[in-house]
Amino acid sequence: MKNKKWTVVVLLIVALLIAIVPLFVLKGAEFGGSDDAGSVAISEITGQEYEPWFTPVMETWIHGELPGEVESLLFCVQTGIGVGIMAFLMGRFVERTKQEKLRKVQ
Amino acid sequence: MNFRQKIIFTSSIAIAFIFGITPVTNAMHIMEGYLSPMYCILWGAICMPFLVWGYFSIKKTVAKDRKSITLIAMSGAFIFVVSSLKIPSVTGSCSHMTGTGLGAILIGASSVSILGLIVLIFQAVLLAHGGLTTLGANTFSMAIAGPLVSFGIYKLCIKLKVNKYVSVFLAASIGDLFTYCVTSLQLALAYPSEMGGIQVSAAKFLAVFAPTQLPLAIIEGILSVLVIIGLETYAQSELRGIGFLKVGEK
Repeated sequence: MKNKKWTVVVLLIVALLIAIVPLFVLKGAEFGGSDDAGSVAISEITGQEYEPWFTPVMETWIHGELPGEVESLLFCVQTGIGVGIMAFLMGRFVERTKQEKLRKVQ
Repeated sequence: MNFRQKIIFTSSIAIAFIFGITPVTNAMHIMEGYLSPMYCILWGAICMPFLVWGYFSIKKTVAKDRKSITLIAMSGAFIFVVSSLKIPSVTGSCSHMTGTGLGAILIGASSVSILGLIVLIFQAVLLAHGGLTTLGANTFSMAIAGPLVSFGIYKLCIKLKVNKYVSVFLAASIGDLFTYCVTSLQLALAYPSEMGGIQVSAAKFLAVFAPTQLPLAIIEGILSVLVIIGLETYAQSELRGIGFLKVGEK
């Protein structure tokens, strides 16, 4: 059990390091989405700027691109919902295990 | 409401949330309007049988053991979280994980295709990432091809008696990478290079996506292992219900 705890801690630290280190090593990098890199590669291959034949429905609805701030808001909402569900379910599991153990002792 | 009904009710709310409000964005998806209508329809058609299979598979899992709804919700929520986190990578651009590997290991590749599709639809509609016209192609790469590879690798590793956590790690990270390989191939098919054709084109797209995604694939592998460890510690009965743990196995 104790062994497992250490595994978890070490794995978490490794995951965090992989995510954070590039930010400090590659100073001044843009960190744009690889999405844009894809469209750049397309125009390189075809030799001309590609004109998408369909615009995202959201942009049609609001007549323009989604504002950056609103986009990050939607991102946060998404993360929040996901984390909420996971934390809720995990919390239930943890508490249930505790109760089961208590019942066994009695 | 008795306890059992309450569980079902709360899980259904959780699922409603996953299915209802899912502005997931995946940077690696093929952008709206970037595939010709022929390819849009082609990829959509290829996805259909998998989605039907996935629907029945979810139904069967739930009918077998209603408690497994919580694990389906968990897999959905995991896809939700990791695909919203754009993480800086060694190439100086950001990308994010798919999160479908964990679900494929837990509830099977076909069931994940449904979760992935719903995630993709809402992302295409709300966040203008991916797109409705490229939905078929994106569903195939992220929600079908990736999970299938994850599932296959996991089963293979278990057969070869590899450590369970190592298997989960390999399955999740290779599945994540494979998603990008499929995306590159899809783009290459649509945009073959004038000199060298599809192969040269595929190599070019892969060169854009792969180095960015490699570290993220490793993170996804690690996170999947962490979730599995957590579930094994606290949700053994659910894991037995879906056959992840054998009866009597600790």
